[in-house]
Amino acid sequence: MLGNQIIFIVFSAMIVIFSILTVTSRRILRAAVFLLFVLIATSALYFMLNYQFLAAVQLTLYAGGIVVLIIFSVLLTSHIDEKFESPALLKKVYGAIAAIFGSILVITTLLNHPFVASTDVPKDVNMDLIGKSLISWGEQGYALPFELISILLLAAMIAAIVVAKKIKTK
Amino acid sequence: MNTGIPIEYFLVTATLMFFAGVYGFVTRKNLITMLMSVELMLNAVNINFLVFNRYLFPGQLEGHFFSLFVIAVAAAEAAVAIALIINIYRNFQSIDVEKTDEMKF
Repeated sequence: MLGNQIIFIVFSAMIVIFSILTVTSRRILRAAVFLLFVLIATSALYFMLNYQFLAAVQLTLYAGGIVVLIIFSVLLTSHIDEKFESPALLKKVYGAIAAIFGSILVITTLLNHPFVASTDVPKDVNMDLIGKSLISWGEQGYALPFELISILLLAAMIAAIVVAKKIKTK
Repeated sequence: MNTGIPIEYFLVTATLMFFAGVYGFVTRKNLITMLMSVELMLNAVNINFLVFNRYLFPGQLEGHFFSLFVIAVAAAEAAVAIALIINIYRNFQSIDVEKTDEMKF
């Protein structure tokens, strides 16, 4: 049990530190790499919760897909060694006030709420169960959202191609 | 619970991650870094869904599938957003939100 807790502390410290660095770093490529670290630590937390499939999805889709996409667009739109100017002081203060007060509010609410851990037998989330749930309906079936998300992905794909296409000029 | 870690620890981590995203969204001026802040917020919400599912309702799978769909929506959103950002860069030669202040082109 103790080793488990040490691993959790390491990964949650990684998440907090690197997410703060992501939003404060003044070099955009570094911010993207810090985001990558945050996403990898998040997938480690999913592994700790015993959701192996979702952790793998997180690794391949976020860490492998979205971060690469972001780094590509960073390289297309800005110089690598360009440094942002620091945001205006007033903006920083407003942002910090919003973040600090919001997190204090949420954390006090969380710590005062008694969470009753369920004693149900945890379900073994294996690929068989996930695949069958995605194509069944009724109780514990998710066929409708699955179809919706496939239409959404198709629409997003077409939209991305149309928007990024070069417009022909006469 | 089987992990030996109180549920509040996970929730506090996710909260700090979410509000880091809020701070970044408020202070950043570059569109790509704003997109990165949004990704941070989506991830924090995902952690919450999974933790509630595992600790409070381990016999069901609602949180698991909801976060699966959130990941899919986030991927679609990132693709469209980056297409838009590249188009904006083509028209304005900049992706700073304060310089892109006209909708016509």
